[in-house]
Amino acid sequence: MDSLIILVPVALVLGLLGLGGFLWALRSGQYDDLDGAAARILFDDPPQSPTKGPSP
Amino acid sequence: MSVIGRIALPAGASACPHCGAALAPGARFCCAGCETAHGLIAALHLDSFYGRRRVPQGALRPDAVPPVSLVAAAEPEGDRLWRLDLMVSGLHCGACVWLVEQALAADPEVLAARVALTSRRLSLRWRGDRARADDFAALLGRLGFRAVPFTPACLRAADDAETRSLTRALGIAAFGAMNVMLVSVAVWVGEDMGDQTRGMMHWLAALIGLPTIAVAGLPFYRSALAALHARRTNMDVAISLGVLATAAMSLSEALRNGPFTYFDGATTLLALLLAGRLLDRTARGRAGRAVAELLALQDGLVRRLAADGSATEVAVGAVRPGDRILLGAGERLRLDAVLEAAPGVFDLAATTGESLPRGIAPGTPVAAGAVNMAGPAVLRVSAAAADGSLAAIARLLEHAAQARGRFVTLADRAARLYVPAVLVVATATFLGWWLGGGLGWQAALVPAVCALIVTCPCGLAIAVPAVQVVTVGALFRRGVLVTSPTALERLAAVDHVVLDKTGTLTAGAPTLLPGGWTPEALRTAASLARGSRHPLARALAAACPDAPLRPDAREHPGLGMAAGDLRLGSARFCGQAEVGILPVLWLVAPGAVPVCFRFADALRPDAGAAVAALQALGLSVEILSGDTEGAVARAAAEVGIADWTAAATPAAKVARIAALRAAGRRPLMVGDGINDAGALALAEAAAAAPGAQDLAQGAADLVLRGEALMALPEAIQAARRAQRLAQQNIGFSLAYNLLAVPAAVAGLVTPLGAAAVMASSSLVVILNALRAERLPRRWTR
Repeated sequence: MDSLIILVPVALVLGLLGLGGFLWALRSGQYDDLDGAAARILFDDPPQSPTKGPSP
Repeated sequence: MSVIGRIALPAGASACPHCGAALAPGARFCCAGCETAHGLIAALHLDSFYGRRRVPQGALRPDAVPPVSLVAAAEPEGDRLWRLDLMVSGLHCGACVWLVEQALAADPEVLAARVALTSRRLSLRWRGDRARADDFAALLGRLGFRAVPFTPACLRAADDAETRSLTRALGIAAFGAMNVMLVSVAVWVGEDMGDQTRGMMHWLAALIGLPTIAVAGLPFYRSALAALHARRTNMDVAISLGVLATAAMSLSEALRNGPFTYFDGATTLLALLLAGRLLDRTARGRAGRAVAELLALQDGLVRRLAADGSATEVAVGAVRPGDRILLGAGERLRLDAVLEAAPGVFDLAATTGESLPRGIAPGTPVAAGAVNMAGPAVLRVSAAAADGSLAAIARLLEHAAQARGRFVTLADRAARLYVPAVLVVATATFLGWWLGGGLGWQAALVPAVCALIVTCPCGLAIAVPAVQVVTVGALFRRGVLVTSPTALERLAAVDHVVLDKTGTLTAGAPTLLPGGWTPEALRTAASLARGSRHPLARALAAACPDAPLRPDAREHPGLGMAAGDLRLGSARFCGQAEVGILPVLWLVAPGAVPVCFRFADALRPDAGAAVAALQALGLSVEILSGDTEGAVARAAAEVGIADWTAAATPAAKVARIAALRAAGRRPLMVGDGINDAGALALAEAAAAAPGAQDLAQGAADLVLRGEALMALPEAIQAARRAQRLAQQNIGFSLAYNLLAVPAAVAGLVTPLGAAAVMASSSLVVILNALRAERLPRRWTR
């Protein structure tokens, strides 16, 4: 049972980290355009620009 | 690339390289718009766009883009730093997003261009002149997209603060449920667990469960409080009651170190219900945004004339009574005004329902909503936007919308019976075990709350939303936007259909009638007409879509088009005698017989089939039109409707709907114009026909997109099916409860059993709801 004293807090901390990450992603607007995000993953090239170079 | 590079058009020379539509032999592009867009994309070295798009054939064909200045919409963000939010119409897939972003990023002054596909919102930031805003809009226009300022309605639809708070609640509930389960499973299987360890596990579960229940349940508690405040009960009261009672009982079990706590049940219940609610909101939000997009496209600017005759574009709200405005050919009047100077021709279909344009003498008032069918007209505004006829109708609609909000849904009717019944059972169980069964009050609490959980509102609360989500989603893909949460239930109950004629049964725009012209003459005329935005010219161009644009064609506003000696236009312009009342265009060429093209507002191609389908659904159908008797009788005979009324004013339409309701009928009103808005708002359910005016769309529960009227009977069928499935689901949940409650009352239910009952009943209800996806097969003529 001693293992519980370590394992349970570890499990909870990891879970809280995940929850924190989710809340951060939500706040930074990553859930605002799910349709666009699904397509965006397939854009392989950075925005091109004749004067500014490959990335703005 | 292999996934997204699947192009939905036939490889070969017979398809337009830009939009994929079929081509006439020998032509390289289907239209001038596509040619421009293709050339621009090639010039920007963005050709890989064609490899990644995946859109229906012909969907990318650019529309004529009316010039609207966006400079005023740009907001300053610092030193020569500007920000512009635009609603971009015509975004079909990820490739469109890519193209818009890449094309704008190629401009050296643009700092950031980002498109959200869900809300069709383009956020653009650049350093430089404010006037560049119009360059960007023109670039989008040449690519085939139409950009309009992000209106407050768009903003409301896109602003998903509530969706975000539901997503947050769902994340918290899911986290809580999974971590409580970690502890609870240990208690369920750990029969050899010592008392102290079990007590620690209980407190651990409480530590995770109580904050989760407190935070993630807020959406339900708020709604339940609001309902109780209004002395009503709804499903959220049942949910809040179940969750909070479970939390309280579990806390009491933890305090006395009982065998089980039920924090896992309460948190899982919250997570499941929040997921259902989020899906419901997403489905409806999608329809809401689509409607806002349609409305934003109609929102235009007004050209106000200064004393010196120069015109400036201003927002409708900024125009005062007495201002003079300029209305171009084919433009819609947005304010009540009086025609000045020259006589004009106006299409009053939206305000009166008349299908033929009417000549208006100078000094005659013209109501907002009329379309200018002749050359540019000068009008004097008689009322500001806030005091005009449109605003009066909008106020009327608000009243009607409030009345409709009082509709009691199936789920709420079930909740009204369910909440008291469950309360009685739970109280009786508690008292029975405490007083009669000889248990302590804490122990007696367990079976009582178990009865609350297993009768769990879960199945019941998911029963109706699940069906609605699936049906609204399926209808959305068919081009039917469901905007009101109670629309499907009211639509299912409809027993009578009232159809408007102009713009509903008919297309609402002139189409070319068959006549004595030859295909060659039509081709010549269409290539001239392609350069004009006049409704008749558009109809001509649409009749011969593969005619190329004549670059030397010049427009004489209000008269016609000319290219050398070739002329296309009104009888006066072409030196011909006036004929009849139907609108006509003449084509005159030197050395050839003049050709006359006649136009009329024709029935939609599927109007007859749609009416037949409505009648086959057991609905009585009538026409209620503001048009003349002859036109209405002809249309009624053609589509097979015996019951029709002509020359109905907006007030008469409202009176007819009121009379139907007073007689106990449940009418569905289908209309498109401002004159239908009152009747739409008053009807049991209302649908806005394809291409309807913004006010009519605002008053309707369903907005039909696309061209087909056939979507209407399909939507009614889908609504009826949804209602049937929702009833089945509620019935099933109740049957489940009848089996589970006695077991709970007898104290035989463990948390594991409760979880199994809850999950399985929800699953069955959701699976049953998925059957709504299979909409009836398309009707065939």
